[in-house]
Amino acid sequence: MTALETVIGLEVHVELGTKTKIFCSCAAEFGAPPNSHVCPVCLGSPGALPVLNEQALALGIRAALALNCSVPAQSKFDRKNYFYPDSPKAYQISQYDEPIGQHGFIEIAVGGEKKRIGITRVHLEEDAGKLSHSPYGDVSFVDLNRVGIPLIEIVSEPDIRSAEEARLYLEEIRSILQYCLVSECRMEEGSLRCDANISLRPAGQREFGTKTEIKNMNSFRNVQRGLEYEQERQTGILARGENIAQQTLRWDEATGTTLVMRSKEDAHDYRYFPDPDLPRIVLSAAYIDARRGEIPELPTQMRERFEREYGLPAYDAGVLTASRGLAEYFDQTAQRVRDPKSASNWIMGELLAYLKAAMLEIDEIQVTPFALADLIRLIEDGTISAKIAKTLLKDMLDSGKDAKTLIADQGLIQISDEGELRAIALRVLAANPKSVDDYRAGKEKALGSLVGQMMKETRGKANPQIVNRVILELIAGGE
Amino acid sequence: MDFFSSLLELHAGLLKREATASELADLSLQRIATLDDRVHAFLHVSANCVAAAAQKTETVIGRESILDGIPYALKDNMCTRGIETTCASHILKGYIPPYSATVAERLDDAGAVLVGKLNMDEFAMGSSTENSGFFPTRNPWDLERVPGGSSGGAAAAVAAGMVPFALGSDTGGSIRQPAAFCGVVGLKPSYGLVSRFGLVAFASSLDQIGPLTHTVEDAAIVLQAIAGKDERDSTSANIQAPDYRAALTGDVRGLRIGIASEYFGPSVESGVRDAVTKAIALLEQLGATVSPISLPHTEYALSAYYLIAPAEASSNLARYDGVRYGVRAADAGNLLDMYQKTRSTGFGSEVKRRILIGTYALSSGYYDDYYKRAQQVRTLIRQDFLDAFESVDVIVSPTAPTTAFRLGEKVHDPLTMYLSDICTIPVNLAGLPAISVPCGIIDGLPVGLQMIGRMFDEQTLLRAAHAYEQAAGMAPLRPALAMGVKA
Repeated sequence: MTALETVIGLEVHVELGTKTKIFCSCAAEFGAPPNSHVCPVCLGSPGALPVLNEQALALGIRAALALNCSVPAQSKFDRKNYFYPDSPKAYQISQYDEPIGQHGFIEIAVGGEKKRIGITRVHLEEDAGKLSHSPYGDVSFVDLNRVGIPLIEIVSEPDIRSAEEARLYLEEIRSILQYCLVSECRMEEGSLRCDANISLRPAGQREFGTKTEIKNMNSFRNVQRGLEYEQERQTGILARGENIAQQTLRWDEATGTTLVMRSKEDAHDYRYFPDPDLPRIVLSAAYIDARRGEIPELPTQMRERFEREYGLPAYDAGVLTASRGLAEYFDQTAQRVRDPKSASNWIMGELLAYLKAAMLEIDEIQVTPFALADLIRLIEDGTISAKIAKTLLKDMLDSGKDAKTLIADQGLIQISDEGELRAIALRVLAANPKSVDDYRAGKEKALGSLVGQMMKETRGKANPQIVNRVILELIAGGE
Repeated sequence: MDFFSSLLELHAGLLKREATASELADLSLQRIATLDDRVHAFLHVSANCVAAAAQKTETVIGRESILDGIPYALKDNMCTRGIETTCASHILKGYIPPYSATVAERLDDAGAVLVGKLNMDEFAMGSSTENSGFFPTRNPWDLERVPGGSSGGAAAAVAAGMVPFALGSDTGGSIRQPAAFCGVVGLKPSYGLVSRFGLVAFASSLDQIGPLTHTVEDAAIVLQAIAGKDERDSTSANIQAPDYRAALTGDVRGLRIGIASEYFGPSVESGVRDAVTKAIALLEQLGATVSPISLPHTEYALSAYYLIAPAEASSNLARYDGVRYGVRAADAGNLLDMYQKTRSTGFGSEVKRRILIGTYALSSGYYDDYYKRAQQVRTLIRQDFLDAFESVDVIVSPTAPTTAFRLGEKVHDPLTMYLSDICTIPVNLAGLPAISVPCGIIDGLPVGLQMIGRMFDEQTLLRAAHAYEQAAGMAPLRPALAMGVKA
């Protein structure tokens, strides 16, 4: 049997970070009490009319441009008609055949190789409400706070060839949109959601196989897991010589399987038509240019620059560009120190550990990139030891004071005076004759013990390089 | 003073303290009490409007607003905060809106006093008010005849002098045709001139609110109060309403009037034709020039309308699902069952017919042949008018091909019923302003003259209609029913 090729396309929904909803002035806030952010417009009260939130349009266009889409001068809103209690108008205002963006792409790195994934379209639409069902099965609850939260839907080309690529694509989308301040893209809060289409075909065949659609994959990990499961399931079916049924499936995290939601025969006819309540969107070239001007340096560009300008390993560049805040933090720190790699080490090590433990974001801490750079420079010019610097950084994070103030307060300046260190070393050697003998007998470890004693005597302030040299000289000289 | 007096006379009376606002509100309630058990124009009467008017009386003196202290009524498809709004449909029985339509707010700001809500064809679908889910309204000129529709309650209430003015809505002739049948003035403004916010949508791209009054001047006064940009309606035009009353100069010398043969087809009764022809002759005597024009795509207007309007309606009316407001079928077993039972019992047959037509027209595989093609026809019809307005200023025609027909006469023949709107529908498709003015009485029934104007040129339209009305000397028309009534 010929090898099978996996073909995946993703539909990603992203909530735009506007203050208010897309067609009314209700707050677009997550986590409010049910049905507290609603008005006649988002409730679909008879007679109420939508008015487009310009901020939603601006963010949508910014996103489309950041995803390398072309943005046509004109587009329009359509109604997608369906009956369900989460949709109070019984239609969703969306975009059908004239989206705000089309023909885009992003790049992902697969096994060190760059791969381009095409983006078919980006369109604006309103979110639906949220249903929850009584555990007793007798009643369902409708929360319409989410109705009218602005969304963009990003539809990829069927260019994705593995579950891993799907996850990488999704992570890249998230990072681009976060960098552009379009959305926080929190999958756990539903501000980024992903549905996937997957099919298999014999390698080399042009036509697609029968696809299934998977919904409810609510984390990056579950996207990969769900697709891996479905890929295996379809492989098994084809291996048995059976046919794939075109279905919509639901990923069930608990069992790690996909369950059938509906078959092709149940497919909706949404009866799209242009929404007569909303005029066409007409954009000037200047408007589109202004939105393009809002796009910052994107993660891929930043990653490449960090490797090129700062000589960082690819791994470091990847970690440091995980969020725009972190990348900018590093960038500003690295510009102010002699060795950018040391800035990378401090941020990836001490700082990220602290953020993780304290459950904070990089923009929530008291140490600015300038203060961190100052600290690193104090190590670089020998004022303090790296060990002291670690303690200092903790104090800085706790107190918000800068390194120099803390050093002055605590008398922590490193002792680099060779005469002073020699005098202390003579005392240490005299008090530890066994260690001296051991070292001479070839036990390298004994040196560490002597250095440790030196540090103890100086409360860690001794310059370790000088200490090493002085001890070795004294031992050698005493022979 | 009664409600056949002009708005300016009523206003002057209030200023001179010949009557107070609460007395006018009370007079309206009395007229309704005396007449409406025969006419059935009202679905809801606000008994507390007298008290509301009493509060407003304080503000009447020294204010500019002509409508201060004047009673009025709204077609029941305009939302009124705290007052039941049903669109004459069982499915909205008991629905009390949490907000008021922009037009209701603007009239309230102008000091007008709402006395009640008016009957209509359910969801404004119909031409006789027989499609009301509750009861038909009768024509004050002949109680065995329909008042027209869908704003039949509004036309009948004004015609019988129960209120001095009312607001209706016009999607395919729903202000103008009942105005013609009841012998009052009905104005459909340009699409976008009056906010639709709070108007329960039938066909969003065609619906427009406008006044029903006894005179053109009154229509101009009411239009002034309700016209103009509303931030809450994205389709409302960004234009400053000009002074409409100032346009009523009485002078139509040099005005170029176009007559389209397409509007004088065989379905137009000879009496109607004669009355309209006389009216045109009178306009010519006044100094207007009359020339033939052609609107060649008129014959396709009805078909296009009966695809576009139901398509939009099928979507607009989908929200009446029993989930959030109005009536919910009690005996539903599950969600789908609840939808089906609620909608099957809540909607009347004409509404269901149009929902089915519209759903079909938008369905996958039929969209291009029906909805899209209808929109193309609409473009052609709009172009017809643009071409015609190159050479004329106003187009004149009958408002309806017949006078008021008998109750039950057309109710089982929807296609014949649809033909009553043949002269008015193209105007909605093009978005233009048009007015119906009484131009005669045949066999005791009023005839309406329709005038169509350029987009947003209500001034010329009103000037022409006013000049004709003054020269004809008929306004206000008083049906016999309203004459013997003492209030």
